[in-house]
Amino acid sequence: MSPMVANEITCCLRPSRLSANSPETGLALLVAVAVVFGGAGPQAAVLAVAPQSTDHWAYQRPGRPAIPRTRPGDDIRTPIDAFIVRRLRQQGFVPLGAAARVTLIRRVTLDLLGIPPTPEEIDAFLADRTAGSWERLVDRLLASPRYGERWAVPWLDAGRFADSNGYQRDGRREAWAWRDWVIDALNSDLPFDRFTIEQLAGDLLPAATVSSRVATGFHRGTMANVEAGVDPEEERVLAVIDRVNTTAAVWLGTTIECAQCHDHKYDPFTQREYYSLFAFFNSTQAEIRTAGTRRDFTGPKIQLPQAVDTLDRARAQQRRVQRLAVRQAALRGVLDREQSAWEVLVGNRDDTPGWLKKILSTRSGRRTARQKGRVGTHYRSLSREWTGLVADLKKARTLQKTLAPATTLVMSELSAPRVTRLLKRGNFLDPGDPVLPGTPAAWPLLPVPTGRGLNRLDLARWLVDGNHPLTARVVVNRHWAKFFGRGLVSTIEDFGARGAEPTHPQLLDWLATEWVRQEWSLKSLHRLFVLSSVYRRRAAAPQRLRLADPDNRWYARAARRRLPAELIRDNALAIAGLLSDKMHGLPVFPRQPKGVWNHIGVASNLWKTSQGEDLYRRGVYVYWRRTVPYPSFVNFDAPTREVCSVARSHSNTPLQALTLLNDPVFFEAAGALALRVNREAGERATAIDRVEQMFRRATGRRPLSGESKILVDRYREEYERLVGEPRLARSLVETWIPRAVSEDRAAGDGRIALAAWLHVANVILNLDEVITRE
Amino acid sequence: MSEKLDDRGLARRAFLGQGLGMAGLAGALVDDGVLAAPLDARPGHAGPRAKRLIFLHMVGAPSQLDLFDEKPVLRRYDGRECPAELLAGQRFAFLGKKPRLMGSPFRFRRHGEAGLNLSELLPHLGGVADEISLLRTLHSEEFNHGPAQVFSLTGFGRQGRPSMGAWLSYGLGSLSRDLPSFVVLVTGLTPGGGSSLWGNGFLPSVYQGVRFRAQGDPVLYASNPAGVDRSARRRIVDDVVKLNRLRLDALGDPEIATRIANYELAFRMQTAVPGMMDLSGETAATLASYGATPGRASFANNCLLARRLVERGVRVVQLFDQGWDHHGSIRKRLPVKTRQVDQPIAALIADLRQRGLLDETLVVFASEFGRTPMLQGASATAAGRDHHKDAFCAWLAGGGVVGGRTVGQTDELGYFPSRDPVEIHDLHATILHLMGLDHERLVYRFQGREYRLTNISGRVVSQLL
Repeated sequence: MSPMVANEITCCLRPSRLSANSPETGLALLVAVAVVFGGAGPQAAVLAVAPQSTDHWAYQRPGRPAIPRTRPGDDIRTPIDAFIVRRLRQQGFVPLGAAARVTLIRRVTLDLLGIPPTPEEIDAFLADRTAGSWERLVDRLLASPRYGERWAVPWLDAGRFADSNGYQRDGRREAWAWRDWVIDALNSDLPFDRFTIEQLAGDLLPAATVSSRVATGFHRGTMANVEAGVDPEEERVLAVIDRVNTTAAVWLGTTIECAQCHDHKYDPFTQREYYSLFAFFNSTQAEIRTAGTRRDFTGPKIQLPQAVDTLDRARAQQRRVQRLAVRQAALRGVLDREQSAWEVLVGNRDDTPGWLKKILSTRSGRRTARQKGRVGTHYRSLSREWTGLVADLKKARTLQKTLAPATTLVMSELSAPRVTRLLKRGNFLDPGDPVLPGTPAAWPLLPVPTGRGLNRLDLARWLVDGNHPLTARVVVNRHWAKFFGRGLVSTIEDFGARGAEPTHPQLLDWLATEWVRQEWSLKSLHRLFVLSSVYRRRAAAPQRLRLADPDNRWYARAARRRLPAELIRDNALAIAGLLSDKMHGLPVFPRQPKGVWNHIGVASNLWKTSQGEDLYRRGVYVYWRRTVPYPSFVNFDAPTREVCSVARSHSNTPLQALTLLNDPVFFEAAGALALRVNREAGERATAIDRVEQMFRRATGRRPLSGESKILVDRYREEYERLVGEPRLARSLVETWIPRAVSEDRAAGDGRIALAAWLHVANVILNLDEVITRE
Repeated sequence: MSEKLDDRGLARRAFLGQGLGMAGLAGALVDDGVLAAPLDARPGHAGPRAKRLIFLHMVGAPSQLDLFDEKPVLRRYDGRECPAELLAGQRFAFLGKKPRLMGSPFRFRRHGEAGLNLSELLPHLGGVADEISLLRTLHSEEFNHGPAQVFSLTGFGRQGRPSMGAWLSYGLGSLSRDLPSFVVLVTGLTPGGGSSLWGNGFLPSVYQGVRFRAQGDPVLYASNPAGVDRSARRRIVDDVVKLNRLRLDALGDPEIATRIANYELAFRMQTAVPGMMDLSGETAATLASYGATPGRASFANNCLLARRLVERGVRVVQLFDQGWDHHGSIRKRLPVKTRQVDQPIAALIADLRQRGLLDETLVVFASEFGRTPMLQGASATAAGRDHHKDAFCAWLAGGGVVGGRTVGQTDELGYFPSRDPVEIHDLHATILHLMGLDHERLVYRFQGREYRLTNISGRVVSQLL
């Protein structure tokens, strides 16, 4: 019985038990047992489930609801507000007013860019009381390249993007070009229909480009198991299954995997329909190659284009390597011919090492290959010319490698499509009837063109042709949840029969149709969200409202939410002035504790900490190893990216406190913040001024007097203490003020003050408010 | 620091309802779909026998045929070609077309009043034989290490589901104020299944296992940065708490209250964890019985740490020991491994018994699968055994398990179960049962489905009770 069968059976069916009770003994029994197990495997009765009705709300095309009429005095900035206010009124709630402007600029900057506004940006916004200041701020943010870096993160979760293969071996893979493609696509506001088509089928476009092929890396994000004993065909099938399930989850908010083994229990999908979807993805080559007992990760990849001068250098280097290799071969011939004379000479000398004499005493015709090799290597190593040439060639090859173009994983279709068969109970060893590519009957029809079968490109176009009832709703809802704290459909990942009903069905439909009308522009959607009054509300709510609507289902207040993992680090680095704005390229390796990567398997466990600016790049560029992701990200709920994930949890744990208090990355950020504020404050600034500046950098606002007092007292107390311990002060400054920001790290009294401020900065970077978008 | 803030009651907070649907534990464990305090100790479904679990996972799969399941017939057919019928439809990682059978080169002996039959490689375990009960017919669905490890610890062969320890923490909460409820100790390299083996899957991350490390920081980021001592850390945490408190008063967001409680717990962990990890306070006799040496990284040390952890109220302790994947030279390499684990495991059981902890502590010894009756490799001395998922062994002790029983029988070659087959889901159901949880009622709703550790199967192995 195959490993897969059982897995999939356990999804919804109860497998019959292994039962091999027999009084017999001996080998005869074994044979009998083997027949039982080697055959069809345990029988599982397929439940006869009638497909569910297709009149489920989410399978009806959204209408275009009229914008509700509002009353004078309602705070209406966008049509969104009209829908929300009507519902609030029905529920008997009065919405809260707008948050303070300083809160608003921090909120919108964190939401759109994932980094905080600078004090200068805040001042400029506070000073601008003219009409349209909010719109101008939003437009400035939407034009920033930081936008793509921030919004790539959830999409990389959905595309289960990682820099390693996963599983036991978890070796490295080169796929970062796809991550850069996503960042660039978001920054250039590539319309979502185009964004979808290129990622699902960019290789099949009539005018496929390198860029559209890089985009197909989306579905090469599947894991790959290269453990010995793996069946490449099983892995291929698992990858296809993952592509089907991921596509359904990301674009259609549908949990379709149950239909792998049997008709779906709750949603109207048959097993045959599942394999019709499967067929769209089935005509790609295997991604695991067998080499004896070894398995290697393979599958299509392309080389990325290089700059002309790099290309020239690479070609020149290739020629140099060839020349050296030719010279080496020629010299080898000469040396080989001279070797026998030398052997005679050396064989009789007293200072010849014993091992060599021993070999030379054997006639050359009778020596083993190993012996011949040893003598030859030894002889050639005596030639300066030879060793020089070997060294040159090695150097030249190393350089050639660094000039080689980077590659990235892509999808590519087999020239002849593979016949897809329904897999009985999901077992790849038990194929059933053939099925053709097609879409489930519950959804809009995808007609088969004349003269050819359907392919991935047809599927991609079908998802985003504006007629599918789910795509726009599902994606709009997912983005809504990021800005407003919860989805209009609270089960973000499930729009099926078991999912939640929308709290605001008309708003959802209006948004879904409006988005398509605005040509699937994500930036327009985000703009629409943040220009609304709903978005601008206060988060601080009276107890009464909090109790009446604990989940904020009706949006009378704003959501207050902890930042996602990568942004917690980005935010701290930005506050400290350390964050690099370098974009794109190879993944980076910020500091991580020793030994985190001591993982079983043949893959290298070497975490080579980056140098210079790369230590402070945004989290989206950090190397992602699936079995051991970057630890501070794990502590803040980053998924492992083993499979697609469309929503992260927002836990609150003691390990998060330890991370912010003690992770050297964050403590160093405190050091940089201390230095930064001390420099910027000027000689005559008081402790209160400095506290205020530090606090503002971190939270955007000025501290209240009670808050300021706590921090000023902290500074004074630490200062007093450190006066008596100048060596401690010195070592704190030398260890924790990063060289990146300062070679000159103060002396004497300045050093003591700086060390005291380091404590204050550590307090500030640990505040709940600092890691929360309020 | 203010005592008020120490109150766990502050941590009252819905972790859930964040878009991840939550039907929650059935019955009394859940209040309105939201756990009031996610780590508060809870009673479970029925009176538990065991309050704590120590799960010993041998990474790589020890040979059950050389340790727990003696096969005289196999010995008789040693070196002969394997019957072709047995191979039909089977898959192997490394075996060639015509593998030969391999009898165990090790002798077996009966131990204790019940006469438990164990290999000569496990003399110490023999000394506590009457405490343990053996399962000889475990069956796994997965055939490669990574997926099989994930299957044996999460009940599903692909990553993404909550681990057993996470389910238990979710179902039962924590018994410790100063330590996480679920702790993981690894000897050697991290197993191939990675952190999924102790992950929270789709459960809230507060239930994930926390890995304690033998070297460096026992918990990542538990030590203060260079130049920050404990009193400085206390002052900083106090200020963080004071300022968060002001913010809580202003905004009323319960999330801030949870954060305050977590800073206090983090600070207590910073002391509790190093103290817990420091074995130097153990008596010489105790250290000697385990074969533990303070400051060293070893399986023996981890066994002793396991006892210290459960003593301090940790709910689930999971130990991994690497190095059991004996595809070759099993004759030489298996005894090396058993020498590392036999004494400390026996000492752990005896120690728990002597301290009166064994009745409430369930100890389980298992692996991702077993090894074939067929030999792998050319010569007899270099021979090893391949992966085998169809019948392998595990044992349980303490926590309400009747000692001295042997459950299940395999065929004459040890290839398939011939009586009382036991699935991984059955083992899980049994463990949950012993911990006072009904595996059919311990559910979590996610992506439109109610999930269980045991999926849709699982049956309590009543012979063990």
